[in-house]
Amino acid sequence: MRYTLRTAAFAASVAFFSGPAMSTDLEVTHWWTSGGEAAAVAELAKAFDASGDKWIDGAIAGSGGTARPIMISRITGGDPMGATQFNHGRQAEELVQAGLMQDLTEIATKEKWAELVHPKSLLDSCTFEGKIYCVPVNIHSWQWIWLSHKAFADAGVPVPTNWDEFVAAAPALEKAGKIPLAMGNQPWQSSGAFGVIAIAIGGIDAWKAVNIDKNAEVAGGPEYAKVFKAAADARAFRKNSNVQDWNQATNLVITGAAGGQIMGDWAQGEFQVAGQVAGKDYSCLPGLGVNKLISTGGDAFYFPKLNDPEKTAAQMRLASLMLSKEVQVNFNLKKGSLPVRGDVDLAAANDCMKQGLEILASGNILPDGNQTLSPDTQGQIEDLMTEFWSSDAISAEDAQKKYAEIIAAAD
Amino acid sequence: MATEASPHAVRGFAIEAASRDAVARRPNQLLRNLNAKIAAIPMILTAVFVFFGGTIWTIVYSFTDSKLLPRLKWVGFDQYERLWEQNRWIISIENILIYGALSLVFSLVIGFVLAALMDQKIRFENTFRTIFLYPFALSFIVTGLVWQWILNPEYGIQSVVRSLGWTSFAFDPLYDQDIVIYGILIAGLWQGTGLVMCLMLAGLRGIDEDIWKAARVDGIPMWKTYLLIIIPMMRPVFITTLVLIASGIVRLYDLVVAQTSGGPGIASEVPAKYVYDKMFLGQNLAQGFAASTMMLLSVLVVLIPWAYLEFGGRRRNV
Repeated sequence: MRYTLRTAAFAASVAFFSGPAMSTDLEVTHWWTSGGEAAAVAELAKAFDASGDKWIDGAIAGSGGTARPIMISRITGGDPMGATQFNHGRQAEELVQAGLMQDLTEIATKEKWAELVHPKSLLDSCTFEGKIYCVPVNIHSWQWIWLSHKAFADAGVPVPTNWDEFVAAAPALEKAGKIPLAMGNQPWQSSGAFGVIAIAIGGIDAWKAVNIDKNAEVAGGPEYAKVFKAAADARAFRKNSNVQDWNQATNLVITGAAGGQIMGDWAQGEFQVAGQVAGKDYSCLPGLGVNKLISTGGDAFYFPKLNDPEKTAAQMRLASLMLSKEVQVNFNLKKGSLPVRGDVDLAAANDCMKQGLEILASGNILPDGNQTLSPDTQGQIEDLMTEFWSSDAISAEDAQKKYAEIIAAAD
Repeated sequence: MATEASPHAVRGFAIEAASRDAVARRPNQLLRNLNAKIAAIPMILTAVFVFFGGTIWTIVYSFTDSKLLPRLKWVGFDQYERLWEQNRWIISIENILIYGALSLVFSLVIGFVLAALMDQKIRFENTFRTIFLYPFALSFIVTGLVWQWILNPEYGIQSVVRSLGWTSFAFDPLYDQDIVIYGILIAGLWQGTGLVMCLMLAGLRGIDEDIWKAARVDGIPMWKTYLLIIIPMMRPVFITTLVLIASGIVRLYDLVVAQTSGGPGIASEVPAKYVYDKMFLGQNLAQGFAASTMMLLSVLVVLIPWAYLEFGGRRRNV
């Protein structure tokens, strides 16, 4: 009687606590706010929600330049989020060195990330003193120029197949009232375009000497003189694009108001959302059609150290999920990027993505600028590029001299 | 025996008496006005530790090579050398000098003229005052965005004037590297002149009626009255206004970010934006500290001689 009541109460409470595991909320910050990017990050959120936990979205508008200071301030200020996006490379270097990031080595060894992730440089960028602190989710390359078939048709010239043909076709585009090269005004866009021109025109060895070995002599030498001359040509072509964001410039290409845009392969998401078909409405030239290789930058998710063991367990689950086959396929198809796993099949990929996959598989790859240069050096190069690309006042020779000085002082 | 004590003797006697009293009163001197002193303690602590301490910390760390997080690795004047080699910093300094000088002059002139006009016992003075002061209630971000739209060649003034018939009218300062700083100046003046006007109006109202009457009786023309009599009398108001305008000039950051993002190119960069970009975007704290120390130095270079003239001079006359 008395026992029955007490036993019943005890049994009820045990039953209550042995129910299904409580789902954990994880706040994830990122800067994917354009149409294509939002569709892609929704795939990650969907997968995380389906696995039992809850994805609290923390999108920050304004691209990486606006978002990264906010993310870093929150982490160093003691209000860390559950997970945060950074690009592959040195952007979170000091945060990892200061011990503010969660160590993922346990789950990385268990799931054999070192064998799955290709190229190896992606995991190397995540490794510090032998421990892994981030999970790469995609490979983005900058080395593309996107061409609008409509613009070239209106101008009456065939779509170019390399940079020289593009330069030759530019006067016809201008006569037809089109902007030859669309480019937004944010500094990272002109800096990135310069990097693309450098690899395509200057060649791989010169690029490696400058960006990896920080050789200032090569930066001031004849190969880069050619690069700066090509950049000066491109500068004349982009003069009339008065837009700010990268996707506004892509929109100029999509609507046929501009001939082309030098932009990374994340632009594919925009073409996809606009319903355009690769090869029919637009085409892409990897390496500007000159040097078919791609840099392997992209995004990785870092997990700030949290005090709550339940949240830490949820972080591990999210990290593991991001590298799973299904999520890699769904996410990268929507984003227009290449998967980090070598063993997934992107059958539904479009023409341009297939080209990218081929180049990746053939090993014609280079690390991204973010992985070799510190944010400080990147910032200085961006300042120089902004100045160079926005007016004719600074000549190609002067810009090259300043560039060599920046490389000489790079750490 | 002198019927009047000489001034020196009187003064000497008074000093003696005062010091005797001081010795007698010293224990109470500290406890006098205790409530006020206790109430001032939080502000004193804030001023010492936050303002003063923070400033010293910043200056000290500008001699290190701190990147994302502060660290004590000394590099001497390297950060300052690098700072003065940056084209972007030189342009920032030029811009802030142009903006500062013009903002100061125009704010004071326009503010004073508006105040003088408002002081003429007009009808609807309250309405006019509200209208002039209203822009000051807007943040710099809103001001910057509004003026970006107004000065936009496709949607703003240029297109309106063109649609009225003057088809060759061109007015897009924000896309011309040489005059973009003047576009920012327009927005800054629009925002800040209202406050200057209100302060000047308050100062004018504080001038005794009799002064005006006396000037009228003496037959002094109106403009001379203002220039040679009223303005010197309003010296404290002018100094207050000057400090407010100057602090607004040094702080110029959010207006530039909202209106032009430092563009086109780097033509409208300002020092505060350089500090922020280096500290947070470039993850290079020490470079930002060096830049902000230079900003502090320039303020001190102006402030210290003025303070000496203002307060040191008086002691010399005693």
